[in-house]
Amino acid sequence: MVIRIIRKLRRTLFYLIVAGFCFFSASPFVWMLITMFKKDIDLYRTGNNPFLFNDPPTLDHIRFLFESTNYVSFLRNSLVVGILVVVITLVIAIPGAYSLARLTGRWGARAGIGIFLVYLIPPTLLFIPLSRVVVSLGLNNTLWALVVVYPTISIPFATWLLMGFFKTIPHDLVEAAMVDGYSRMVSFFKVVMPLSLSGIIAVTVFTFTLTLHEFIYALAFVSSSAQRTISVGVPTELIRGDVFFWQSLMASAALVALPVGIAYNFFLDRLVAGFTLGAVKG
Amino acid sequence: MKNGNLITKKEGFLARMRFLTDSEGFLGSLFLFPAIAYIVLLVGIPFVLAIAFSLSDITVGNTDLKFAGLENFRRVIQTPEFLQSLKNTFLFTLVSQAITIVLANILAIVLSSDFRGKWIARLLIMLPWATPVALGTVGWLWLLDSKFSPIDWVLRHFDLLGSPDAILGVQNNLYYLGNLELAKASIILVYVWRMLPLSAVILMAGLTSISQDLLDQADVDGASFWRILFQIKLPLILPIMTVAVLFGLLFTFGDMAVVYVLTRGGPVYYTQILPTWAYIKGIESGALGEGAAIALFLFPVLLAAVIIFLRGSQRMEVA
Repeated sequence: MVIRIIRKLRRTLFYLIVAGFCFFSASPFVWMLITMFKKDIDLYRTGNNPFLFNDPPTLDHIRFLFESTNYVSFLRNSLVVGILVVVITLVIAIPGAYSLARLTGRWGARAGIGIFLVYLIPPTLLFIPLSRVVVSLGLNNTLWALVVVYPTISIPFATWLLMGFFKTIPHDLVEAAMVDGYSRMVSFFKVVMPLSLSGIIAVTVFTFTLTLHEFIYALAFVSSSAQRTISVGVPTELIRGDVFFWQSLMASAALVALPVGIAYNFFLDRLVAGFTLGAVKG
Repeated sequence: MKNGNLITKKEGFLARMRFLTDSEGFLGSLFLFPAIAYIVLLVGIPFVLAIAFSLSDITVGNTDLKFAGLENFRRVIQTPEFLQSLKNTFLFTLVSQAITIVLANILAIVLSSDFRGKWIARLLIMLPWATPVALGTVGWLWLLDSKFSPIDWVLRHFDLLGSPDAILGVQNNLYYLGNLELAKASIILVYVWRMLPLSAVILMAGLTSISQDLLDQADVDGASFWRILFQIKLPLILPIMTVAVLFGLLFTFGDMAVVYVLTRGGPVYYTQILPTWAYIKGIESGALGEGAAIALFLFPVLLAAVIIFLRGSQRMEVA
């Protein structure tokens, strides 16, 4: 009897802990979702219970966001930058990773760690000199600045992650394809690439979300409103002085943050495998 | 005839190319070259430029690199913002990551057991790391609003705030981002919120790698939950905990979005950190040299982190 009560108490405590963590993590998002549908009259009356809809919900502020602000441009800019950076990253990181995993032999492991360390250099250290590099390339204030600079973050990490993938593919497979008459290059495309598809998809997702997350370069290199990306456009352009369009602002954040967050979530384990330097198996 | 000749030439060329691309060394260098070139051009050179800028009197208006010695560093160190930013950078990073690693250990243990609704709990807990940090912080900005914060509403509702004998004071709001101490605490809170998921999943990866046989054996031997936790699990995941802490420190240390969106360094400059201050000086005011000098103060700490990393990876190679 006592044991059963203790067991029940422990279970309750366990669920309370889980609930506490969930509440902490989700609260800003819940607050966004409630706010974005509220009428002004409901939102700005301090006596109202802020968690309830004291007046019926409205879509007006979401409509305002899409019709009267640069939000759609921010979305389009982020999409364009994201896709281009993904392409550049894959084209450079796939061969680089294969080379490090297989072809260059013993010093490959060291070069791999070296490349990974580049990922650890934060943009905060480099954004000032890079802002001049961008100007001298004639790319300041355009999305191209971001397209050129973002791969400096994504290539190191993508190379590192793919290297782990390529290492798991038996070298004999490539040799066998070469015996069958394919060149080394062709056997790479025919044998190695299809087997590493899940790794390539993971890298695509990370690179894309990385471009969505990035803040400092986007803030420092692009200053005209219509060219802003979503990460910078929302907190800088949609917050105008002291007048906050809170509902629109919350909608602008929630409409991007939640889908991206959920998609990213499915690939998280792979990201962690990359972070833990292969120290953890499985 | 002319045509045939061309084909043989082309074939000869292809054969030679194939000979080259089939050699491991050549193809290896060819494959690796673009990645190395990209990094050297857009990370290596800018890094050298950062040092060059910090030692010159360069501004946006005058981009000649004229050697100015340590003038920028001297000028930067003399301002009251410097000491404040330096202190804040360390305070925010160290305190938030100390809290994070404790919570992450609890969270990792909780999430590695099976329970109903686990996937949705996991999804919710991972959201802060998975969403763009600037957008999540915008949510906090509204959650911590000076007038409409729902936290204040709850406190008022339970008479902890805004009534004559309330513990937290008679005023209606706590002004989270306007009050000096609360603003600092808020920034730390958002950093914990942001980094907790990553640390937890890294630790979870560590926990799942512990051999089940070992745990079963301990169980058979009658070891309690706490004994297994403190004498088997925690020591075994210590190397991975180091990785989690290091990533937490690095990402928090180099971040500027949270402070920029929440307080912009305010009230006055009391929540300023080195990255936001470097941005304000170097980009907004155009003093590139001073901005570069400020950012370079981050470098020694990063270097230390990298050395710890290299040591760790060497040990892993040995083991």
